[in-house]
Amino acid sequence: MQPFLLLTLLLLSAGAYYLGRRRAFAVADGHVRNLHSLPSFYGSYAALWCGLPALLVFALWAAAQPNLVVNWVVAGLPPELRDLPPDRLNLVINDLKNLVGGNFVASASDPVMVEAAERYRRLQAIGNAALWVVVLSLAIAGIAYAWRAISPALRARNRVEGVINIFLIASSTVAIFTTIGIVLSVVFESLLFFRQVPVAEFLFGLQWSPQTALRADQVGSSGAFGAVPLFAGTLLISGIAMLVAVPIGLMSALYLSEYATPKFRAFAKPALEILAGIPTVVYGFFAALTVAPLIRQIGTAVGLHVASESALAAGLVMGIMIIPFVSSLSDDVINAVPQSMRDGSYALGATKSETITRVLLPAALPGIVGSILLAISRAIGETMIVVMAAGLSANLTANPLEAVTTVTVQIVTLLTGDQEFDSPKTLAAFALGLVLFVVTLILNIIALRVVRKYREQYE
Amino acid sequence: MNKATSHDGVPLRERDIKTIVNAGLARRHAAERRFRWYGLIAISLGLAFVVLMFANIIGKGLPAFWQTYIQVPIHFDAAVLDPEGNRDPQTLASADYGALVRAGLRQTFPAVEGRLPLRALSALLSTDAAYELQRRVLADPQLIGAQQEIWLLASAAVDTFVKGNIDRTLDEANRPIKDQQIEWIDQLRAADKIERQFNAVLFRNGDSREPEQAGIRGALMGSFFTLLVTFLLSFPIGVATAVYLEEFAPKNRWTDIIEVNINNLAAVPSIVFGLLGLAVFINFFGLPRSAPLVGGLVLSLMTLPVIIIAGRAALTSVPPSIREAALGMGASKLQMVGHHVLPLAMPGMLTGSIIGMARALGESAPLLMIGMVAFIVDVPKGFLDPATVLPVQIYLWSDLPERAFVERTSAAIMVLLAFMILMNGLAILLRKRFERRW
Repeated sequence: MQPFLLLTLLLLSAGAYYLGRRRAFAVADGHVRNLHSLPSFYGSYAALWCGLPALLVFALWAAAQPNLVVNWVVAGLPPELRDLPPDRLNLVINDLKNLVGGNFVASASDPVMVEAAERYRRLQAIGNAALWVVVLSLAIAGIAYAWRAISPALRARNRVEGVINIFLIASSTVAIFTTIGIVLSVVFESLLFFRQVPVAEFLFGLQWSPQTALRADQVGSSGAFGAVPLFAGTLLISGIAMLVAVPIGLMSALYLSEYATPKFRAFAKPALEILAGIPTVVYGFFAALTVAPLIRQIGTAVGLHVASESALAAGLVMGIMIIPFVSSLSDDVINAVPQSMRDGSYALGATKSETITRVLLPAALPGIVGSILLAISRAIGETMIVVMAAGLSANLTANPLEAVTTVTVQIVTLLTGDQEFDSPKTLAAFALGLVLFVVTLILNIIALRVVRKYREQYE
Repeated sequence: MNKATSHDGVPLRERDIKTIVNAGLARRHAAERRFRWYGLIAISLGLAFVVLMFANIIGKGLPAFWQTYIQVPIHFDAAVLDPEGNRDPQTLASADYGALVRAGLRQTFPAVEGRLPLRALSALLSTDAAYELQRRVLADPQLIGAQQEIWLLASAAVDTFVKGNIDRTLDEANRPIKDQQIEWIDQLRAADKIERQFNAVLFRNGDSREPEQAGIRGALMGSFFTLLVTFLLSFPIGVATAVYLEEFAPKNRWTDIIEVNINNLAAVPSIVFGLLGLAVFINFFGLPRSAPLVGGLVLSLMTLPVIIIAGRAALTSVPPSIREAALGMGASKLQMVGHHVLPLAMPGMLTGSIIGMARALGESAPLLMIGMVAFIVDVPKGFLDPATVLPVQIYLWSDLPERAFVERTSAAIMVLLAFMILMNGLAILLRKRFERRW
């Protein structure tokens, strides 16, 4: 129904374009040079007048109609239903919607509900019909206006370009609104959370068990929200990941930029970057089903106790994932070191490895540190690998063979499944999200600044 | 003046220097070789991981593309299917097709007696077998009364056994398939009535609790709708932003803020976008949970920075002479961009967008937040139907312990990787085909 309306509107606009062009030729007595702008701009002018206002009304209407209909239907319900508390009322409304959709519901036999559903359907039909009438008449009114407005003196190009310009500017603000949206949504829910749990307890508490009690006498359901074990677990897993990724990534970058033949480089660099393209869920699967059992077997063979969801497995696989980040970022940095510095070192008789360790690395160090910081921020924010391969229990431990949990794992577990939106359990996820956002943001800003400063140094 | 001196200031003769240098040379060269080896080892390790992972997943997933079927003689008994003989579709749809399957199995193994053995016999076939017969009869009511040999889907346990993944020497209590059933399977094998066929179910069905009936059709359609929304939103907005920032924006504080913003957004963890989607799109705007529309909205916010950054790079690579020529011919700034700069930058922009879309295809964490993790059997038909996407389907299946699901998870990963390779290949092709050196 509504897609069909949009299609009609599109066709109308196309028609308006054609009409506008013809009108332009008509008012110019067939001589284009009499016109201020090219005829196609007059066409676009008419199309915009036809399409834009109608589309705007359509969007507003489509957004408002469902709520209005629900309100009117609720107002028409008998008082004993209408005055139910909000959550019960929502159930009734849900039933109603199902009834309208033709699904089977328990209250289908209730005459009040059937009557309300009938009302709902009627209102919806009226609303849709009115929408058609309003949108189409607006479109036609737009065409009529443009038809009258088109004259040789009309500055059609400037008008059309003005609209496009507004569209361009509006598009570029989407990024700003995204950031504002992230900050607002995370901060707002976190504030609600910190009203129930003090900030200090959240940031420095050593106990994490977000299950809140259903009954007062339940065991182990105190609802402790001390996030230190999560931070420790995140650090442990990220640390293991960096232990894998930094040496391998850095050495690969050095080898590729200093030793490798162009042919080998042309093959190995993209091959290594495949690792960056593999979806994280695949790494998670690999970690949980291949690496973790392997580590467990090795551990049992040498007589160590290894948890089946050890931090080591998740960290190792995450390290593999991060290798290409480290290697390609450091590669850029190493290539940015001026050739003259290498040549100077060789002229003094240094070998290649001596040049690398004594000249190249110190010169590239800030850039490399920046790339490592970026990699750390990637590791901290990584979700799927740890969700699938790390545990859920919040252990405060430094032993990589035990199961730990991370910030991202907890966000996922707190927010998937059924949830009420104002319980501290769900709000805690947003507080964790806030911490995650702030930490990664700081890391990124520092890293970008370091890298930029360093680049300027040699440019 | 030019005389070399050692540390304590005593003059060194040329021969002394040579000896000192030569003495250290072997050690230094060894260190050089060692260092070189470290580099080579690091690269080989990285490449080995790539190979290992692909081999591991393909090894696990390849068998899932074949599925065991058992040939059973089925008599489409009119007395069971349509006792009144009026071919009423309602009656036909609700008839007891399971009875036909059981009768067919009993015909194959006439010796089996007793309730428990008969049940074990029925367990050879999937519960889908009865539905398969139902589908056939509904499609062609002429079948009623006929006698046919039909290939029916075997149960997951049988399939796993036939693929050699259950050790028959294991204690009977510890395996999902019993001695008696193994005997039957051997008899079926001897009679050539059991075989592996291409697993069309995998591409035809939505999710299911029964591994042999579970497919990725629902997830594929969900991914398709989600990505469609993502592309329709992020491509125009991304291109417009890139054009504005690169061609029109004055260099001032405001555009600086936008730039910094975009760079930061590109590095925000994906799960934070999921939190945004949950708080804004679902709780504030009241859009339905699990809908591809919401998934697409979240993913397009994530993909935008990638497209913008790629788009700006493509725009800067267009030489200024093109712009000056267009302006010199009297084009307006917008005409200059629209007629000349944008067409030249388009291949680069498309390449960047395809890479961004490939990344969005593999993304799952933010979609977990907005409820696309539900168990959904029906294949979604629109942007508002509850749906899941391929990576999330992989995540859901990876949690299930059955061997048959492990197989299917790997197969789903193979399909996902195939799509990603396809998209990235397309991007590389585009770049190769249209790349222009100025």
